[in-house]
Amino acid sequence: MSDKKTNRRDFLFTATYALGAVGVGAVIWPLVDQMNPDASVKALASTEVDVSSVQPGKTITVLWRGKPVFIKRRTPEEISEARAVKLEDLKDPQKDEDRAKNPEWLVMVGVCTHLGCVPLNDKGDYKGWFCPCHGSHYDTSGRIRKGPAPTNMEIPKYEFVNSSTIKIG
Amino acid sequence: MSDHEYIPKSKFGKWFNDRLPLLTLTNHLTDYPTPKNLNYWWTFGGILTFCLIAQIVTGLTLAMHYIAHADLAFESVEHIMRDVNYGWLIRYIHSNGSSMFFLAVYIHIFRSMFYGSYKSPREIIWIIGIIIYVLMMAAAFMGYVLPWGQMSFWGATVITNLFSAIPLVGEGIVTWLWGGYSVDNPTLTRFFALHYLIPFLILGLVVLHIWALHIPGNNNPIGIDVKKPSKDTIPFHPYIVIKDAFALLMFVLVFAFFVFYSPNILGHADNYIEANPLVTPTHIVPEWYLLPFYAILRSIPDKLMGVVAMLSAILVLAALPWLDTSKIRSAVFRPLYKQFFWILLIDVITLGYVGAMPAEGLYLLVARVATGYYFLHFLVILPVLGFKERTMPLPLSISEPVLSGSTNLSKESLN
Repeated sequence: MSDKKTNRRDFLFTATYALGAVGVGAVIWPLVDQMNPDASVKALASTEVDVSSVQPGKTITVLWRGKPVFIKRRTPEEISEARAVKLEDLKDPQKDEDRAKNPEWLVMVGVCTHLGCVPLNDKGDYKGWFCPCHGSHYDTSGRIRKGPAPTNMEIPKYEFVNSSTIKIG
Repeated sequence: MSDHEYIPKSKFGKWFNDRLPLLTLTNHLTDYPTPKNLNYWWTFGGILTFCLIAQIVTGLTLAMHYIAHADLAFESVEHIMRDVNYGWLIRYIHSNGSSMFFLAVYIHIFRSMFYGSYKSPREIIWIIGIIIYVLMMAAAFMGYVLPWGQMSFWGATVITNLFSAIPLVGEGIVTWLWGGYSVDNPTLTRFFALHYLIPFLILGLVVLHIWALHIPGNNNPIGIDVKKPSKDTIPFHPYIVIKDAFALLMFVLVFAFFVFYSPNILGHADNYIEANPLVTPTHIVPEWYLLPFYAILRSIPDKLMGVVAMLSAILVLAALPWLDTSKIRSAVFRPLYKQFFWILLIDVITLGYVGAMPAEGLYLLVARVATGYYFLHFLVILPVLGFKERTMPLPLSISEPVLSGSTNLSKESLN
């Protein structure tokens, strides 16, 4: 019997293992994928919010996809403060202009990018938000300035349906 | 297994044993030769078995009344507390039982560390033990989520978000774990399913843990190999059984104190507020038994590195049999290691304390120093110590120092 030469039996073994692996994968995938968001969860994709009663300087919090979304009507001082920051001073450089299309309204997911707590309004060293869990400080544009969070708070997809209604998602 | 072949006395016993050797197993367990110098630190294996059974029995009965649904879970727990016959008792035994379980497992782990029980030929016992410990943490964490209080919800949020630190796929993994875009009903139902599963995985591993233990037999306070059976050993039954039973009784007294006199002292008041995804409690902390690792997580100012440090702090334990290069098992004969052992214990307790405090100022500084020392102990001190330390001479047998009145031993090993 030759040692090196591959024969029909080797081919059959390899083909069987390969087919077996595909079969096992095909069985495991549904068991793994059932844990991903289901159709009913995905269906709750957008929320409309009436913001006509929000006073300048105030923030309202609404629930979108189970997460809080901060809608802040910023004062002129807060806007100018956010816009005056140099990009070099930021851990996750992003212009305020890119975060708030309409500078008066800042709409962002109110979830700390560190480990998912909800930061507190008008707190912290940069007068924006402060996360009580592990001490991340955000500025008036929701950008990370100090603490363990790696990135700025997320800006969701949103649009003004009319002058007083925001559609998130 | 014992050396002699066991033959049941009765005819039926012999008939049965030839087909399924259960009686041989029972005989092995009762006759199992045990070092005669085991002290009370060796009783925690039995205590832990009791804890596991108690958790399974109380957990099973709680599951008959609990409803795993985001809208009903909190109420169903209050229903258990107020309406179900003895529901308050069963739930308090279960919730305090997890703390008692961890108390016992920490004593068990530190006993192994002091007497070098993880060293050759017992590495596999140790590694199975570490896997059990990790599964215990997973079970405890998921169990804490089930009452759906504020701490449940935000604890679940913070811990599952640890996975978002993984580059590229992190966010996808977190969404997959949640079954949604935040911790919500799908998260609760899967945590309930897993919380029910894990204790049985632990039970299976406990069988392997004991099986692996019965191959070389128990280590002992002197840490030398024991010939078995010999005049250095005693049979497990009745000698060890009665000692374990007495220790268990003492342990149950402590357990009962918590259950009947301060059932909520180890918990957190915020968990009696129903989960609210819009408000994070101002000060969130995990249960006491996870605090040292939580302190390590918070001491690193970078998200990914914090998570890596925390996981490493647990995984480094699995490598302990190879990090400790000393051939001498028991700290009784290792004057320097003995001191480092106590420093490590103080270090871990310090980490636990600062883990419960806000991560700022002096607490943060202490947490960083203690985290640094934790890794220093395992990665530098232990490997070096094995080569540098001058150990004391070992006795030839367990009986020798007693019979010859040798002064080789310090007091504590004679307990």
